[in-house]
Amino acid sequence: MNLTAPESLIFWTTIIFFVFFLLLRKFAWKPILGAVKGREESINNALASAESARREMQNLTADNERILKEARLERDNMLKEAREMKDKMVADSKKEAQVQGERMIAQAKIAIEAEKNAAMAELKSQVSTLSLSIAEKLLKDQLSNKEAQTKLIENMLGDVKLN
Amino acid sequence: MVFSNKLVQFVLVALIASIPFFAFANPETANVSVANEAVTDYKAAADHEKEAFNATELINDHIGDSHEFHIADWNGHPITFYLPVILWTNNGLEIFSSEKFHHDNKAEHVVDQNGQKLVRNNEIIFYADKFETLTQDQKDLGAFEFDARPLNFSITKNVFSMFMSAIIMFLLFLVVARSYKKNQLAPKGIAGFLEPLITFVRDDIARPNIGEKKYAQYMPYLLTIFFFIWINNLIGLIPFFPFSSNLTGNIYFTFVLAFITFIVTTLSGNKEYWGHIFNTPGVPVWLAPIMIPVEIIGILTKPFALMIRLFANITAGHIIILSLISLIFIFESVAVSPISGAFVVFMTVLEMLVAALQAYIFTLLSALFIGQAVAEHDHH
Repeated sequence: MNLTAPESLIFWTTIIFFVFFLLLRKFAWKPILGAVKGREESINNALASAESARREMQNLTADNERILKEARLERDNMLKEAREMKDKMVADSKKEAQVQGERMIAQAKIAIEAEKNAAMAELKSQVSTLSLSIAEKLLKDQLSNKEAQTKLIENMLGDVKLN
Repeated sequence: MVFSNKLVQFVLVALIASIPFFAFANPETANVSVANEAVTDYKAAADHEKEAFNATELINDHIGDSHEFHIADWNGHPITFYLPVILWTNNGLEIFSSEKFHHDNKAEHVVDQNGQKLVRNNEIIFYADKFETLTQDQKDLGAFEFDARPLNFSITKNVFSMFMSAIIMFLLFLVVARSYKKNQLAPKGIAGFLEPLITFVRDDIARPNIGEKKYAQYMPYLLTIFFFIWINNLIGLIPFFPFSSNLTGNIYFTFVLAFITFIVTTLSGNKEYWGHIFNTPGVPVWLAPIMIPVEIIGILTKPFALMIRLFANITAGHIIILSLISLIFIFESVAVSPISGAFVVFMTVLEMLVAALQAYIFTLLSALFIGQAVAEHDHH
């Protein structure tokens, strides 16, 4: 190996290396490392935000499910209540109708009774009038001759015992 | 640091010995032709000079630095990209083209530059008069003979390659940085390719070793050395002009990078780091004369290991590939080329892995050392 003058290569290597180093540091390494780091950060941020979005989504889904469940429960409750209310209303009205009916029946019964009584009373008076007129007619017929009138008076006088 | 003939012979013998085991490993002639092309210029040169082929010389030439960029040979004439020579001589600064040396590397051609006589021996430029007074050993290993030569700040092949890679990488990352400004979404194109590497350096090198609190401050440095070493390793593997330099396999280059890591580590050291060095907790005071030197050696061996590891790995890869190519010329037979070519393809692929691996290791260890310096220990 031909070792040339050492000062030549040492001198130039030192100079070139330093200039090269300073230039690269300023124009290459700083922007490149900065960009690489910036991008890494942005990737990390993106990943983190994606993760948080995913979690949020999960929360949202859970929320939705919960709300849905609640809504369903509420709906069920409402339906049940409505059904109960309907049943109650039907029962109530039935009861009321029954009561009303009964009352009406009772009233009717009373009215019928009253009518019946009235009718009976009228009938009785009619019957008595009729029987009176019949009796009158009968008596008129029987007492048309003198003999019969005397016989009757006698019978009647016979019945009456004078004390 | 000339690699001896023995070393090269050992590598060659080891490879030849392993050939019977791999001989049936499907040699693809299409791939071999690429390797062969890379070799033709050396063959032409060898034919022209009618010298015996010398693998050591070829390999040493190739892994070493040079004042000119040899592209190819045409009809025995080398096509060369001449690089500027910049010298700090006794008379001040001198700048001229390396063409003036006329490919001479044996101190035979004297260059007269503004009245100063200069010669080049083994890619080292000396004053002609003082060169004569040196012994042969001093001439061969003249890099540190500062009295006999001017200070040399030439744009050598490696410096040229480094300039080129720095410019290419700067433009590349500028484009990437721009694309981030325009595109706020997922990265596209080249940014999409480089971003995983950047985040790899950040998440697997800086963060675990330096700690969450302080890593950001060291990211530019770690990214710069990672890509600088990796790209230069790869450029060294491309076997044609304007690439093919052995920059990251040059110990001066690795020395500078390791030294910078050392400086960064030392300047980042907190109270506890220095406390561990000069007053290691739990160690009796009378051991301090042993402990302090050991700790200081420890500080120095860490960057030293960084320097040697990168240098040795990359240089070894280049030596192995060139040795495999040299086999063809050593045997002087075309029949060897499929086998050697297949090995070259295999080794090149392996070296591409090593290129990335060494960049990773250098960055990782730098981060580790910085991490040790800034660590806040929990005292129990």
